[in-house]
Amino acid sequence: MRDFLKRANAFLDAPLDLGPRVMVLAAALALIPTFTSPLYTMTMFAPQYPDGLRLFIYSYKLVGGNNGQDIPEINVLNHYIGMRDLVSEEFGEFKWMPFVIGAFGLLFARTVVMGKMTHLVDSLVLYVYFGAFSLWSFGYKMWVYGHNLDPKAAVKVAPFMPPMYGYKQLANFEVYSYPALGSYALGAAAFCLVLAFFLAARRARQAPAV
Amino acid sequence: MRTIRATEMSRYGLLALAIFAVACAPSAPKGAQKSGGGATSDVAIAAQKTYVAPGDLDEYYLFSSGGHSGQVYVYGVPSMRHLSTIPVFTPYPGTGYGFDDESKKMLGDLTWGDAHHPALSETNGDYDGRWLFINEMNGRVARIDLRDFKTKQILGPIPNVSGNHASAFVTPNTEYSVMASRFSIPIPKGTVAGVDKYASDYKGVITGVKIDPKSGEMSFGWQIVMPPFDYDLGDAGKKASDGYVFFTSYNTEKATGKLEVTASQKDRDYIAMVDWRLAEKSAAEGKGKMIGGVKVLDPKEIPGLVYFLPCGKSPHGVDVAPEGKWIVGSGKLQGVTTVFNIEKIQTAIKNKNFTGDEDGIPVLKYEDIKDAEVPVGLGPLHTQFGPDNWAYTSLFVDSAIAKWKLGTWEVVDKVPMSYSIGHLSAAEGDTVSPDGKYLVGLNKLSHGRHLSVGPSQPESSQLVDISEEKMKLIYDAFTEPEPHYAQMIKADKLHPIEVYSKEENKHPLAIWDVKDAGVTRNGNKVLVKMVAVRSTLTPTDFEVKAGDEVTIAITNIEQTTDELHGFGLLDYNINIVVDPGETKTVTFKAKKSGVFPFYCTNFCSALHQEMQGYFIVR
Repeated sequence: MRDFLKRANAFLDAPLDLGPRVMVLAAALALIPTFTSPLYTMTMFAPQYPDGLRLFIYSYKLVGGNNGQDIPEINVLNHYIGMRDLVSEEFGEFKWMPFVIGAFGLLFARTVVMGKMTHLVDSLVLYVYFGAFSLWSFGYKMWVYGHNLDPKAAVKVAPFMPPMYGYKQLANFEVYSYPALGSYALGAAAFCLVLAFFLAARRARQAPAV
Repeated sequence: MRTIRATEMSRYGLLALAIFAVACAPSAPKGAQKSGGGATSDVAIAAQKTYVAPGDLDEYYLFSSGGHSGQVYVYGVPSMRHLSTIPVFTPYPGTGYGFDDESKKMLGDLTWGDAHHPALSETNGDYDGRWLFINEMNGRVARIDLRDFKTKQILGPIPNVSGNHASAFVTPNTEYSVMASRFSIPIPKGTVAGVDKYASDYKGVITGVKIDPKSGEMSFGWQIVMPPFDYDLGDAGKKASDGYVFFTSYNTEKATGKLEVTASQKDRDYIAMVDWRLAEKSAAEGKGKMIGGVKVLDPKEIPGLVYFLPCGKSPHGVDVAPEGKWIVGSGKLQGVTTVFNIEKIQTAIKNKNFTGDEDGIPVLKYEDIKDAEVPVGLGPLHTQFGPDNWAYTSLFVDSAIAKWKLGTWEVVDKVPMSYSIGHLSAAEGDTVSPDGKYLVGLNKLSHGRHLSVGPSQPESSQLVDISEEKMKLIYDAFTEPEPHYAQMIKADKLHPIEVYSKEENKHPLAIWDVKDAGVTRNGNKVLVKMVAVRSTLTPTDFEVKAGDEVTIAITNIEQTTDELHGFGLLDYNINIVVDPGETKTVTFKAKKSGVFPFYCTNFCSALHQEMQGYFIVR
């Protein structure tokens, strides 16, 4: 057991080689598009909306298609079924998410500079936790919007879960939900971290134990 | 023997029958042009050329005047589908026009106008797709903004002009729209003189309406007093003839009474050629004398301001060809149309080759200034142009269109019109670069061409394909009364908006949040700020006292295409329609007490029926 802890400590203390550090730097840089591009897009088509209504979800704001007009339009439609208005203020995520992504950028940079396996493991574990929490948070938000319907609404519909990924028919609307560039960037950052970890781990195992 | 006789008898019988058949009048005229029967391939081609499949868009817009209906009708070409009606001089409950404060004020006391000649704004003699101007007989000109297809301004009635028919033709850079009197009267308006004083006391008046190049805002420019002829139609010179406006006139006899006889005595009447730049300069210099509140220029005192070109008997249309060199004047009681040459006109003016004058206006010599008399057919009225010097002249009496060539003066083709064509409108056919392709004949009569709808027969607009050597009639459309002239513009030159953006709405009473809706009172004046959005008019009810002056300001806070909301108030004769992003007000006295329902008149949504409320007057 002692031996295992010793080996584990040695593993965590192992310095990072150039390859893993470059990968971690790449992960930090990969976070930049999340500040300029949406994480998710939802597109809704109906016979009356042949051009579609579009929703772009950023890490810090909600943007509607057609110069922003699609959000009021979606809200006007949703009020018939008693769904709450989509307003940026209701998304707590928009407050913490950009800050946390920025913090991850700093954490990754720290890993690049300090250059120990332990920093890389910290980055990876926290980042995976952040990713999983964000996905859950997004899903939960959708669930709440689809289930918290005003009982006095003009049109009664059964509570529903909007699609997280792909296509779903909701009443007269075809709804498509797909991750966008921002999410792919977050995924790319995760990929870089995992790759960095495997490179570093292989190196650490090859190195003679101290 | 008996059988032989019987055969002979039947032979004679057949002969008699044959003679009888020959002597019988045919049931249809030669060249009767109902489709069906033999010409199947032609029909198929015509169908293909005019069929715009569901969901597909037309290639051209046709803005057709609505005559005494006072409106402008918009059609798509080649489908000839009626796309929309733009109310101009007449209230139109369909869009609430003439019911809200602003449009009611614009219409003034006149709720009728006889709209005649639409004119698209031009840049360098070509349609620029910004505005459409249209005149009406009570001395007014209106401007429609093609950004939103709405009437934005009605100027007039302009003093002194009477029976504004020769209008709203614009100059090549939309510097001016023109007006002229068809019915000369003693001026200023209100002056009384018997018709026995017609020749001396009655005056015709020509007016230039100035147009702001940025905003399109119209204002009074200049005015010219003219002999009491009936000024009928006009066209601005372009390129070679830029700087002039031409007006036809009839009744140069200065006759009164039964004009169909008294005004048709002379073999020639005149086209008045006005130097509008000189008019502009003279007005700027303060020349002219005040009549009816405006400065009026007198051609006697300003040499070169106006010349008269003699033209065939009682001319109707005058149309300037694309290059501006040729001016086509059509004597409607003749069989020829006359083509004048601007270079010859200018030379004659330089050499002072005048045959005399009319009230001090020099008259040029017909023989000196004409290039050709083209034998187009009977009753030529108007001419439109195509590429490659092709010209198309409408023939009222012949009920046909003649195709002929500028320069060679050859008449190459004719196509019958059903029936009695007046104006015609070719694709961008009065600009410096006509498109050819389509031509619409605007006919006065249509009987028998459509399912009968009783004595009040629709007008007909017939689409003619002019893309090939032979003109081909390809579609009959039945248009709202009464198309006088039309303008056909390529669809891609227009870029209309579909909602008014919130940022653009500068109305002082606009509100954008349902929370801001409500009623405020100031003495006996009640202001109701109302929001219209699917599917509620907020406030849903409100009370006033009998005798209050009520202003309802409605903002449609929708920003979605086609989400219009109406506000109809029963028993109060109020119906306004508010477009997405627009604010409109309606002010009225709460005369009757009681409970009056209001509701959304413009179907908007699944819960449109529920969009209602109560106006309570105690």
